[in-house]
Amino acid sequence: MSVAMLVFIACGVIAVLGAIGLILAREPVHSALSLVLVMVALAVLYLLLGAAFIAAIQILVYAGAIMVLFVFVIMLLNAGVEVRTNLSRMARWLGIPLAIVFLVEMAYSLVHEYGQRAAAAGAVAGPVAASTHDLSVKLFTEFVLPFELTSILILIAILGALVLAKKEA
Amino acid sequence: MVPISYYIILSAVLFGLGVIGFVFKRNIITIFMSIELMLNAVNLAFVAFSREFNQLDGLVFVFFVIVVAAAEAAVGLAIIMVIARNRKSLNVEDVNLLKF
Repeated sequence: MSVAMLVFIACGVIAVLGAIGLILAREPVHSALSLVLVMVALAVLYLLLGAAFIAAIQILVYAGAIMVLFVFVIMLLNAGVEVRTNLSRMARWLGIPLAIVFLVEMAYSLVHEYGQRAAAAGAVAGPVAASTHDLSVKLFTEFVLPFELTSILILIAILGALVLAKKEA
Repeated sequence: MVPISYYIILSAVLFGLGVIGFVFKRNIITIFMSIELMLNAVNLAFVAFSREFNQLDGLVFVFFVIVVAAAEAAVGLAIIMVIARNRKSLNVEDVNLLKF
């Protein structure tokens, strides 16, 4: 078993445990910290896949900015222990069976489709790691219009957040 | 090296857990965090496929997904703050004006 495989298994287990912790935790702060764990594990997986820039962004933007925002709002709203309620009748008789069907179908198609391909192909070939240079060239030539549009999107998001969170006079 | 299918299966498992959290959680902030978990799972699939096919487009897409997630988090959390201020509660069951 190679080092990459060991790293993948370690990070995969951490990510899945973090996701389960997000669901099981009753305090929102614990959920948020579990989600940070998932994001850091995913950043390591991105490094393993050779996407260093995406890994850095994952840590900076996701684990840094977005999760700080979440923790800040949890603190601001003084979010306490979640109240458990019973499922509605619709959810119990229709929702849960449909969710199980969906998950089983997804698992089946993945195992069926990729199990054979994995056995055939063996491993990720990809001799070229995605360099930050190549990525930025692509971003500033081919995708320059969407890239500029995201700045407008961010601006609108800032204004929207300000307007929404403003105390009403 | 790790087979691509392992990444895709991990991505699917994380996405499924995100869906479960989205459906079963009652706290509005935790529901929002489940959405972020699903976005992360999709990002992992994007990066894995980008690696397999040696194409950078997937990474560019991940970049945009992260930008949109940041904008979404800012606006969404502002909306959550307004709801919490008006309803004095973070439980989604208390937000039921449009419920049938």
